[in-house]
Amino acid sequence: MQFFNKQTHIKFMSKRWLAIAFSSTLLIVSIGSLITQGLTFGIDFTGGTMIELGYQEPANLEKIRSSLQNGGYPEAVVQNFGSIHDVLVRLPIVETKNMAEISNNVVSLLQVDSGSPIDVRRVEFVGPQVGDDLTEQGGLAVLYALIGILIYVAFRFEYRFAIASVAALVHDVIITLGFFSITHVEFDLTVLAAVLAIIGYSLNDTIVVFDRVREGFLKIRKATAEEVLDTSLNETLSRTLMTSFTTLLVVFALFILGGEVIHSFAEALLLGIMIGTYSSIYVASSAVLFMGVSKEDLLPPVKESDQEIGEDGSQV
Amino acid sequence: MNRYPLWKNLLVLIVLLVAGLYALPNLYGDDPAVQISAGRTATVDLALADKAEKALKAAGIDYKGAQLEDDKLLIRLTSADNQLKAKDVLSKALVGDYIIALNLASTTPHWLASLGAEPMNLGLDLRGGVHFLMQVDMDAAVKQSLDTYGSDIRLSLRDEKIRYKQIKVEGQKLILVLRNTEDRDKAESLILKNFNDLQVSVSGDDANPELVMSMSEKSIRETKQLALQQNITTLRNRINELGVAEPTVQQQGDDRIVVQLPGVQDTAQAKKILGATATLEFRLVDTEHDVKDAVNGRIPPNSELYYSRDGRPYLLDKRVMLTGEHVINAASTLDPQSGTPAVSVTLDGKGARAFSNVTRDNIGNPMAVVFIESKMETKEIDGELVSVRRQVPEIINVATIRDQLSKKFQITGLDSTTEARDLSLLLRAGALAAPIEIVEERTVGPSMGQQNIEQGFESVIIGFVLVLVFMLVWYRVFGLFANVALAANLIFIVALLSLLQATLTLPGIAGIVLTVGMAVDANVLIYERIREELRNGNSPQASISAGYDKAFSTIADANITTLIAAIVLFGFGTGAIKGFAVTLSLGIITSMFTAIMGTRALVNLFYGRKNKPKLSI
Repeated sequence: MQFFNKQTHIKFMSKRWLAIAFSSTLLIVSIGSLITQGLTFGIDFTGGTMIELGYQEPANLEKIRSSLQNGGYPEAVVQNFGSIHDVLVRLPIVETKNMAEISNNVVSLLQVDSGSPIDVRRVEFVGPQVGDDLTEQGGLAVLYALIGILIYVAFRFEYRFAIASVAALVHDVIITLGFFSITHVEFDLTVLAAVLAIIGYSLNDTIVVFDRVREGFLKIRKATAEEVLDTSLNETLSRTLMTSFTTLLVVFALFILGGEVIHSFAEALLLGIMIGTYSSIYVASSAVLFMGVSKEDLLPPVKESDQEIGEDGSQV
Repeated sequence: MNRYPLWKNLLVLIVLLVAGLYALPNLYGDDPAVQISAGRTATVDLALADKAEKALKAAGIDYKGAQLEDDKLLIRLTSADNQLKAKDVLSKALVGDYIIALNLASTTPHWLASLGAEPMNLGLDLRGGVHFLMQVDMDAAVKQSLDTYGSDIRLSLRDEKIRYKQIKVEGQKLILVLRNTEDRDKAESLILKNFNDLQVSVSGDDANPELVMSMSEKSIRETKQLALQQNITTLRNRINELGVAEPTVQQQGDDRIVVQLPGVQDTAQAKKILGATATLEFRLVDTEHDVKDAVNGRIPPNSELYYSRDGRPYLLDKRVMLTGEHVINAASTLDPQSGTPAVSVTLDGKGARAFSNVTRDNIGNPMAVVFIESKMETKEIDGELVSVRRQVPEIINVATIRDQLSKKFQITGLDSTTEARDLSLLLRAGALAAPIEIVEERTVGPSMGQQNIEQGFESVIIGFVLVLVFMLVWYRVFGLFANVALAANLIFIVALLSLLQATLTLPGIAGIVLTVGMAVDANVLIYERIREELRNGNSPQASISAGYDKAFSTIADANITTLIAAIVLFGFGTGAIKGFAVTLSLGIITSMFTAIMGTRALVNLFYGRKNKPKLSI
């Protein structure tokens, strides 16, 4: 089976203005949301306590709330988690309390009210010091990943390709974060891991396209840069869609079956893979076109041509 | 023609066989087991194994066998039910300093184990247990060290007959106030000579000449390092007392310690024991002054006001007769006279000497045992939430000294046997060099762990099957080759994780799932190239060859960039994310081998000898 029996000849680049409008809209909405309401950070970053409890009978949330209220935890947030038997209790960092012991106190408080033994399924407590550290390290991790990739691509291709691919990555990361900001889905450590995985994945896609673009520039004579890009995108289209599809298949399996703990991780990946596929076709390639890459830039490196690139670069 | 030389085919085959061998142990299950290891004063030997087996037989508990390895006795049982019973029986039967813990023992056959093949470790999120991150209060460690310098300096000033007004610790500095400048110069040269770790500067006026001392960078660093090491040792001792099989206690960063306790359910107990910075002090009760005056605010200069746990005030002498650090053993027991819970304490030589001197001079006087616990509280200071430590001293017992006490004595007046047990445990396991605080906890209950494993494996299998079906439909025979390679890739990942004895976590499983989806990418790249070459009218053999050659650099580039992201993830470091990074990077690396060399070997074998084969792609 094949997507297309013959080589396709879609003129991707002629519609790049449409893509630019689309991407700009997404970016503006994402950045706007990130600035106005920010991300709903999970306790990994804010600090706090999270307790997941399993009741044998359907849990009575009202009763749980009132006993926590009376027991001295008015700030507790109680909600169902997954099923009517499972309850998630969240507590922020509170003054004048020993944070590390809160989970045990809450559990014993609720146990008194419950007829049957409560199953403590999961407890997470993150102190304020750790949360701050993680936020800082997380931001640095994304930055380091981008810089590392920038260097590698600049080394393997050419600096304009590196800038274009990183532009596509930043595009993907901002839109993924924007989605989490708009939907208020909790942003925890696993989502951060997903964002880094998206960086890796989206770049993977972009590199495959660029590889072809480089080949195309050297092979196809008498063609404009736009034509070369179109041809290369068409040549890799089948592969781009195939790989995205298989990866989406498995991530979808994770999303449905992986359980609550990696639910938002899978959600981020689902979104990121789709955005990444789109961006490697439109964002990265359009960026290369804008920066005016030509055949001469990609000839096998000679010292002189290196200098030429340097001069070109200063003009762009 | 596309043919692999014999050595290449053999290489693929051998690598696959070896990987299969090392992945194999994961297919064997676990036996519930009881693990017995020795504390400080006991040894695990054949005699003990014999004794344990006899006790189990006497209690009628079925067991599969007992084996001695690395100073541990492992008894395999037939069911989880028997495991709990066996632990009870063994705890009673084996008297002495033994740590008896529940564990799981792999059923890997001996011939496999002797090749070093072991199943991979399961993370806490898959087997249930507690993860604590503890922060060591380094300022307190430095302050303690300054306190010690203070008392040493006091002694040497006394020896040299240099008189001084006061010696005190302020922040990170030690301040000595002298009577005149002449004494100050003498003291300065004495300190410079005897305490070369200290940096000394002169301050104050002529009426109150002062010496300000601080520790050098190097010795502060050493102090912190030592405090951390000592705390790790103490935590290990305490965990041994809790009876946990395969605990982890590791340094993380400059001032943090990670503690992982697989299978621990009672987190409240674990926190109490691990986090307790309790120390014990023995002090004489001040009988010369009136307690009532003290409660009203007139506390005599040489005494301090303390309360007992039922709220009664006592005036205690400022001097400490003995501290908890001289305790070498403590055991919970029952007081033979009253029948109430008690702790019997054994002191070391130095402690015993000091204790015996003081008690000899004070027969008939009351003595108090003060239990000082530091508790953590979160407070808001300048708009920031910070943790503040508060010392909570409490008199647990006041008794009249009836006799000269020395090496062995008893503390009575405890509320319950549990309290007696906890107190003896804390005394035995030693004090922490610096206070610690739990700054992160992640507990996973056993039911949740089981659920995570099931869901994790389900998603691997479903994702895997979906990709298999899809590849088969899309690329037919070539899809089948890719599928064989994908299966081999899974075996490789499992084999490598087992060989490295890495820990598999839920995010790790997610990494494997993601690898399954991405690993076929290499094959997709190659196959699309082959199709393209065929479309361009090239011969089947030439197309195969060109497809593999041309796709290679693309595959390498694409994978290296993903690897960069994975390595950054690994460096980022938090446990769960590390697991994801490890499986993702391993998967990417192994997929390069299976998807390129593995499928090529199959393609060559199947089509390579034919002249004009019809490729099923």
